[in-house]
Amino acid sequence: MAHGPAHGLSRWLFTTNHKDIGTMYMWFSFAMFFLGGIFALIIRAELFEPGLQIVEPNFFNQMTTMHGLVMVFGAVMPAFVGLANWMVPMMIGAPDMALPRMNNLSFWILPFAFAMLASTLFMQGGAPNFGWTFYAPLSTTYAPPSVTFFIFAIHIMGASSIMGAINIIATILNMRAPGMTLMKMPLFVWTWLITAYLLIAVMPVLAGVVTMMLMDIHFGTSFFNAAGGGDPVLFQHVFWFFGHPEVYIMILPAFGVVSAIIPTFARKPLFGYSSMVYATASIAILSFMVWAHHMFTVGMPFIGEWVFMIATMAIAVPTGVKVFNWVTTMYKGSMTFETPMLFSIAFVILFTIGGFSGLMLAIAPADFQYHDTYFVVAHFHYVLVPGAIFSITAAVYYWLPKWCGRMYDETLGKTHFWLAFIGLNLTFFPMHFSGLAGMPRRIPDYNPLFANWNMLSSIGSFLFGAAQVLFLYIVIRAIVSGRKATDRVWEGSHGLEWTVPSPAPYHTFTTPPKVD
Amino acid sequence: MEKATRKTVVRLTLSTIAMFVAVFTIMPPLYTLLCEVTGLRKVGGAYEAEEIKVDEERWVTVQFVATHNAAMPWEFKPMDFKVKVNPGQKKVIKYFARNNSDKAMVAQAVPSITPFAAVNYFHKIECFCFNHQPLRSGESAELGLEFVVDQDLPKQVTTITLSYTLFDITEQAQAELAGLH
Repeated sequence: MAHGPAHGLSRWLFTTNHKDIGTMYMWFSFAMFFLGGIFALIIRAELFEPGLQIVEPNFFNQMTTMHGLVMVFGAVMPAFVGLANWMVPMMIGAPDMALPRMNNLSFWILPFAFAMLASTLFMQGGAPNFGWTFYAPLSTTYAPPSVTFFIFAIHIMGASSIMGAINIIATILNMRAPGMTLMKMPLFVWTWLITAYLLIAVMPVLAGVVTMMLMDIHFGTSFFNAAGGGDPVLFQHVFWFFGHPEVYIMILPAFGVVSAIIPTFARKPLFGYSSMVYATASIAILSFMVWAHHMFTVGMPFIGEWVFMIATMAIAVPTGVKVFNWVTTMYKGSMTFETPMLFSIAFVILFTIGGFSGLMLAIAPADFQYHDTYFVVAHFHYVLVPGAIFSITAAVYYWLPKWCGRMYDETLGKTHFWLAFIGLNLTFFPMHFSGLAGMPRRIPDYNPLFANWNMLSSIGSFLFGAAQVLFLYIVIRAIVSGRKATDRVWEGSHGLEWTVPSPAPYHTFTTPPKVD
Repeated sequence: MEKATRKTVVRLTLSTIAMFVAVFTIMPPLYTLLCEVTGLRKVGGAYEAEEIKVDEERWVTVQFVATHNAAMPWEFKPMDFKVKVNPGQKKVIKYFARNNSDKAMVAQAVPSITPFAAVNYFHKIECFCFNHQPLRSGESAELGLEFVVDQDLPKQVTTITLSYTLFDITEQAQAELAGLH
């Protein structure tokens, strides 16, 4: 098995190698992260002061929409799929993914989807401007003509995610090395297995809801049109039936990542492995029963509000189990604070803050006050940025030496961490206050009352953006001229991926390893 | 492909298709059913237009008030201070406005209705408050308002007061001002 990768562009176009595809997913996600970041900075630049200075209100709405769509579907989800591609086969001792050709397809349709989505910015009538949640009738009756491109872009992204999920499940269920029982799998593999099932369950729902929009717009149906016997509120129910599991799709693999990193740098095995597995599964199951907490204010029977409120609060229990397990793993460990560990510890702390504001929002009567304010923006950015983005960053620092065989610069990595940490808190913490004071989300201009908090948020966002440019530099520098990494890389690392050389050879585990 | 892998793939593909089909076939009817059971909202079957019935038994007094925003030099008043109408009956009244300043200006009227219980039952069919009103210096205009009081107006309401406040929006509406010249 000495044959290596093909040369030139055809290596990347026709590759069926899980490591090549993982790499492409990671770079694609990195590119989308910067694109979505630019949109975010346009938003924050406009909000630096009250009044309209930089962009037109309609363009502002396009920015909030595109920022959300690109970050969710372009940055976070492909990054986790990329990590799964790289790490899952190596962690379970498989030679490659179960369906390598489909793997190639599921990556290569993504750039087309996002080219199509981004091209709407240059179309007459502008890009989608109805928010990433694309509520009908804003996204049907009142949508710009480019909405059809948006719908097809979502279809393609959905197809890509579903193929990726099928591939991951098929790999995990059928290609584990002998002796690698389910309950011996690393937690990253477990969380991805559960995430993949969530994807299979809800990505078709997303495809369905955008297809219904397509039919309402072009074929005269009335799924969401009250005048024709439909109901716009039905849109919100279907969307959030997809949307709530979607937020766990973006966070469960992150749980897996920190569950790999914290034990490494605490030099203790993960506390409560099996409770972690069950907690992940419980969160996944509960995620299907809470969608209406996004729409407490649409008018629901009292019993409905009550049920969704209680179910939502119940999610705090398995999530709490996880947080306590991570903390207990660190307790009395001989900890060191390399960059991946710093990002993971920040993850635990800041994600918990996001979880608490989530609990506040879960209280139905209080939610009427918080609904559609910056408090909501603060909440979901506190779970997504330190949750998804920090864990992906931690994963890159943690596994990069295995991928390219070279170490990143530790001092620069720590600088990146502190800039990102300060930038993030400066950006999003003030949003709690502007939100509680009543500032609505998705507005280009605001009451001068909120000016100070917004100025702080804007300054923080540019700091956070600059930190990510540093991140790009650190990664490139490590690949080009980092010092050679050892096979174990980290003193406390455990698992099959560390038993192969650094950089990982093009083909690994062509004969299955023995797991005891 | 191995047999076990093929089985997994077939199973997952079928689940995907089933979920997609369920969105169209199960979710909307289920939603309609739930709405019917809880009596929350009318779903299914297009809405039908309903005849407005004039309730000749009942009379409602509608009063008209005009106020100026502090900095507004125009003359602005209702031409009828109050009218009596039957619920369901369309009615047209007029306001009068004159630009007493020495420059062309654009104004916008902002309505307010009391009592609060009547707010949802007072329908403005055509109103000058929907539009900007440009006037040259010294020019005057009659501003029309067509309204109907809903036949479902709560029983205890016998008088509705409609108040307009006139604002100077000359600065924000330069384009319309240019149309005057």
